[in-house]
Amino acid sequence: MKFGVVMFPGSNCDLDSYHLVKDVLEEEALYLWHEDSLPGDIDCVILPGGFTYGDYLRPGAMARFSTIMKDIVDFASKGGLVIGICNGFQILVEAGLLPGALMRNKNLKFICDDVYIKVENNNTPFTAKCSEGEILKIPIAHNEGNYYASDDVIKDLEDNNQIIFKYSDIDGNITEDNNPNGSRYNIAGICNKEKNVLGMMPHPERVGEEILGSDDGLKIFNSILGYWREEDGANKV
Amino acid sequence: MFKAVIKVMLKKGVLDPQGEAVQSSLSAMGYDEVKDVRIGKYMTLELDNESKNEAEKNVEEMCKRLLANPVIEDYEYEIVEVST
Repeated sequence: MKFGVVMFPGSNCDLDSYHLVKDVLEEEALYLWHEDSLPGDIDCVILPGGFTYGDYLRPGAMARFSTIMKDIVDFASKGGLVIGICNGFQILVEAGLLPGALMRNKNLKFICDDVYIKVENNNTPFTAKCSEGEILKIPIAHNEGNYYASDDVIKDLEDNNQIIFKYSDIDGNITEDNNPNGSRYNIAGICNKEKNVLGMMPHPERVGEEILGSDDGLKIFNSILGYWREEDGANKV
Repeated sequence: MFKAVIKVMLKKGVLDPQGEAVQSSLSAMGYDEVKDVRIGKYMTLELDNESKNEAEKNVEEMCKRLLANPVIEDYEYEIVEVST
């Protein structure tokens, strides 16, 4: 399977994503420059974390107009797998590939911490190797991870099972105390209606090996790999 | 030449933690009369458009596409002619 990791000016989790794919999963990984077009043989695009364009104006607002994003929107609309992590999630909502917006954390602090997230839907290419309700320990590091969407949009997300991860405690209780940033309904990750585009604030690429304190992040990447293999990889877009 | 002055504010009802923090500081300073603070962005653009109409049309588009995020923000602008 061939993963493409997009490098925008200001991305800083591109190396972590690349390392996980190349060295841990032992799959093909390719850096993609934001000014280039998307190669035709990429199976999954990773929009990594970081601070594209310095987060000026709003996180993700300018990256969304990078040359490669036009191709990625096209790729996604044809069913291609796209995962946006942290700043990547912010880019996806700015690009309109996912609904809602990510606002300043409620407590106005940059939060760098391990959190627990509960898998709300394991019937997606990104969570198929998780059990439903499974709790993953994955770090967050962000200033603007406060997920906001109007009531109508939240209802839509719920009706279509698009809410994939919620912040919880270690036992899976979803309470305000376990909500690090003020996100509506503790939302930590959502996907599009078709389930081929995922955005999440926590960083699974940072916890792919036991030596890093957890390998829970690997479950997400193994899910992608498993999905791709089962869905006859040769015929993917 | 035209100058556009653009104000971008979080929509009513959307939590503005920055505004809240500033309000609480003002209150700690003794300004109890301040009941609400909202913080937004102020931008000015210099535009080399032929007409005010054209400038307006383009600024509207710029606000919608980039300068504001319509999910959480409202915007307003004023365009004035300036001498070069």
